[in-house]
Amino acid sequence: MLITKSAAELGRLIAAREASSVEVTTAFLDRIDELNPTLNAFLHVDREGALAAARAIDERIAAGEQMGPLAGVPIGVKDNFCTVDMPTTCGSRMLEGWVPPYDSTVVRRLREAGLVIVGKTNMDEFAMGSSTETSAFGPSRNPWDTDRIPGGSGGGSSAAVAAHLVPLALGSDTGGSIRQPAAVTGTVGIKPTYGGVSRYGVVAMASSLDQPGPCARTVTDAALLHEVIAGHDDMDATSLDLDHSGLVDAAATDDLTGLRVGIVDEFRGEGYDEGVMARFDEAVRRLEALGAEVVTISCPAFTYALPAYYLIQPAELSSNLARFDGMRYGLRAGDDGTRSAEEVMSLSREAGFGKEAKRRIIIGTYALSAGYADQYYGQAQKVRTLIIEDFRAAFERCDVLVSPTTPTTAFRIGERVADPMAMYMADLCTIPSNLAGNASASFPIGLSDDGLPVGLQVIAPTMEDTRLYRVGGALERDLEAEWGGSLLDRAPEAKGE
Amino acid sequence: MAVTPEDIARLAGLARIQLSEQECRDLAPEIDVILESMAKVGEVAGDDVALTTHAVPRTNVFRADEVRPSLTPEQALSGAPAAEDNRFRVPAILSED
Amino acid sequence: MSDVDFDTVLEKYEPAIGLEVHVELNTATKMFCGCANEFGSEPNTNTCPVCLGLPGSLPSINGRAVESAIRLGLALNCDIAQWCRMARKNYFYPDMTKNFQTSQYDEPIAFDGWVELDVDGETYRVEIERAHMEEDAGKSVHAGTSGRIHDASYSLMDYNRAGVPLIEIVTRPITGAGEKAPAVARAYVAHLRELVKALDISDARMEQGSLRCDANVSIAPLGAAGLGTRTETKNVNSLRSVERAVRYEIVRQAEVLESGQPVVQETRHFHESTGTTSSGRPKSDADDYRYFAEPDLLPIAPSREWVEELRATLPEPPAQRRARLQTDWGFSDIDFLGIVSAGALGLVEETVAAGATPATARKWWVSELSRRANESGVELDELAITPAQVAAVQALVDQGIVNDKLARQVIDGVLAGEGEPAEVVERRGLVVVSDTGALSAAVDEAIAANPGVADKIRDGKVQAAGALIGQVMKAMKGQADAAKVRELILEKLAG
Repeated sequence: MLITKSAAELGRLIAAREASSVEVTTAFLDRIDELNPTLNAFLHVDREGALAAARAIDERIAAGEQMGPLAGVPIGVKDNFCTVDMPTTCGSRMLEGWVPPYDSTVVRRLREAGLVIVGKTNMDEFAMGSSTETSAFGPSRNPWDTDRIPGGSGGGSSAAVAAHLVPLALGSDTGGSIRQPAAVTGTVGIKPTYGGVSRYGVVAMASSLDQPGPCARTVTDAALLHEVIAGHDDMDATSLDLDHSGLVDAAATDDLTGLRVGIVDEFRGEGYDEGVMARFDEAVRRLEALGAEVVTISCPAFTYALPAYYLIQPAELSSNLARFDGMRYGLRAGDDGTRSAEEVMSLSREAGFGKEAKRRIIIGTYALSAGYADQYYGQAQKVRTLIIEDFRAAFERCDVLVSPTTPTTAFRIGERVADPMAMYMADLCTIPSNLAGNASASFPIGLSDDGLPVGLQVIAPTMEDTRLYRVGGALERDLEAEWGGSLLDRAPEAKGE
Repeated sequence: MAVTPEDIARLAGLARIQLSEQECRDLAPEIDVILESMAKVGEVAGDDVALTTHAVPRTNVFRADEVRPSLTPEQALSGAPAAEDNRFRVPAILSED
Repeated sequence: MSDVDFDTVLEKYEPAIGLEVHVELNTATKMFCGCANEFGSEPNTNTCPVCLGLPGSLPSINGRAVESAIRLGLALNCDIAQWCRMARKNYFYPDMTKNFQTSQYDEPIAFDGWVELDVDGETYRVEIERAHMEEDAGKSVHAGTSGRIHDASYSLMDYNRAGVPLIEIVTRPITGAGEKAPAVARAYVAHLRELVKALDISDARMEQGSLRCDANVSIAPLGAAGLGTRTETKNVNSLRSVERAVRYEIVRQAEVLESGQPVVQETRHFHESTGTTSSGRPKSDADDYRYFAEPDLLPIAPSREWVEELRATLPEPPAQRRARLQTDWGFSDIDFLGIVSAGALGLVEETVAAGATPATARKWWVSELSRRANESGVELDELAITPAQVAAVQALVDQGIVNDKLARQVIDGVLAGEGEPAEVVERRGLVVVSDTGALSAAVDEAIAANPGVADKIRDGKVQAAGALIGQVMKAMKGQADAAKVRELILEKLAG
């Protein structure tokens, strides 16, 4: 079956003309038609556009053109990446139907590498959430249990990849929005070093934290996609000029001899599911068996990462979301000819934003407002400095840090909606890497007692993304040898409506 | 110090969001809880700690002063709720800048 | 309000003036995107995702704009920041596409500078608090019955100007100038205008808005410690208006205080037609701008080497330049000051460079052209005549092709857009007649018509010839060579 093959394998088949991109794309589109009504992973599917792109790739390959390893492979794109040929809604009424007049840099790179964009995946509104429940277009569902969340904000991408609706997807990670969805769906999610992948054209939540990255079923697939989208972009002033060519090779590692692995002492104990900790401890032993030396490292400032994050992120987003005012694009409400621009702006923002967006805009406005900025925003930025110092000290003693990606497995839809603090806890372990800007990933390491996937978070220093792939690749090979296949093979057979 | 519905109304004004009195009353305790748990950040960092505003430790990233293609007015206005004479049409602006 | 009021006010109150000047840079592109920085393009043709603030777009700093800001900072004797950041100033307004302005907050690129100004022969030192970089906003057209903002039924937005690089220069309060305060304010803005032009970083055309001034004015009783409550008069957009607005506010605030009321801290609008200001918006909650460091842009840390390189590109400092030109031209203090206060220094310099003598260049700019600028309410350098054209007019005089009177008509023609001076002479037929044959008849007529005058001249009262010359000039419509006419009269009436 084409849909269960890895992106690497599909790319090879297409390049060797053993399968056409049109065949492959059609197989995935049919799968989307079958399962998307249940999973709500895609907000928009462009069958015609995808098939046209696939045909064009097939023709170029037939004409003898040498293309990249992912040419002709379908991909889903999170709905906060601007695309000229599809709506970009960010899961918000505010942008319902908005088609940008430009492509994000990452999407442009996908097209240049010959990937076939089949559609836009669901997400929490403007990426604010850990479950996709804040999407104005309804939550996505976890293929492992459709009563549960697929994580968030990038739950559409993780659900799509886990359910084989696409072999690859794009995500963006501000506090864990790639890694936490990957963990709860049994997929691979990478948050590259901040600046490694261009943010140009990715609708911003919190500018100093946002980082686009790959979502995949295998470590090698993630590395292949990472190499396509990474690289310097002069449209993003925070973009780094790094060499990303070694990621795929790193994913082929099967020996971790000499690698020093640090367990983050702060990320275990109360609040962590037993089943999550059991898989985590096994994974650590497995890394040791592969040759790694394991130590426990304390990063005391990490305890303050969550509060610092929930000040910095709302502060930045309150400013980033100010532009949505119904004047130049997006929803305009209440313009009946009698109201002023000011009133229409207020009414449009009231009508266009959901509850969580409003809550965070108000918190961010408060954190930046006169009299409170030092106390909240300033202090949070200092915590950020302390976290960076903790990382620096930790990486003197180890090469990578590990923790559970998220304290629990996928929770039930509706379970945490009324309790924002409980929802925010889902990002507890993933946040420090966003505050410090270093590379971090989640890899599947088995199922908890409840039969739901558990993820291992691997954290590498800034610009050392290859280490993520080294650990992830070795771990995956070892686990799959034991499981006799992918973790996703053990997921219940997804059913259409 | 508790956040009051009046505080929420003031912040909503700054953030240009039309909130009803009921919404302000509902949001006040929620935001109070969140801010209270975030107040923890005040405990750790003293005056000697520098602020980190950017995760990328670089400076002086400049663009050359060379013209690049602009959008066409049609593209620029493609998402506009209302347009007239190649301009964005917006309701009458009352306040001054 | 009359001047008498103004003088009375200054017997009791001391004014303090703070000026905020926005200079639009003449870079090829905008501050944060590659769109052309052009005045007068078709609406929304110079826009892109960045300056339209479209979701997902990101700014990138124009290096040339930073360079201009540093050069201006140096020319204002400022310190240049070792390290500074851009910041977001958050407030909602439809002409601002992101609903925040990317500016600088507590880390301006240049700070702690000063300039010295000559006003009526006295030197005033104005302290510069800061000069910082920011972006301009779009423009709105208010559609409706009167085109005024309050009557508009809707507005139309053009974002060509959105994102154009600006430098805002802020002075510390200027005190101790007394009745000269309005003149000092004007001289300061004139000085900045001259400076940014000399640096070639801005067109500095006030009428196009590429140099804009906000004037903060307060008054306090003489001898009082501290400053009074200030008002900020926005968009005072000509040199003359700067002086008028400051003067008006000083008198208005004194009247308010004299009536026992407090001065309200607020923005005010200047009305060009009446020379008055009116109440704008009071300082309010909306002024909580929630500044924070722009996360999308990395800090700017000009190396000392770069700063010194830029310092080497600065034009001669104005005071030094003035001293040099006065010596070169050999003018008395009074004559030279006349040029400076007329704002004609650069124009005279260029006219001399184009071949005129300093004396003639001064004569044309300071007397003739200043008067015309005043009459049409524009700045001297906004007149539609260039220094090269003025030099060409003078050359025509020197060659005897026109006389002074005709030269004024040539200038009329140039100002009216009739072409270069030589073309105007040609088209208007303004050549002086010095041909004896043509003049002789007119002289004979004049003598015949004024026998009394003729007799006096015959009797040796040569100075009476002036009356006959006038007659001849009138008959020849000013196109006679006066020296030749005089020669002919004396010849014909010689005893």
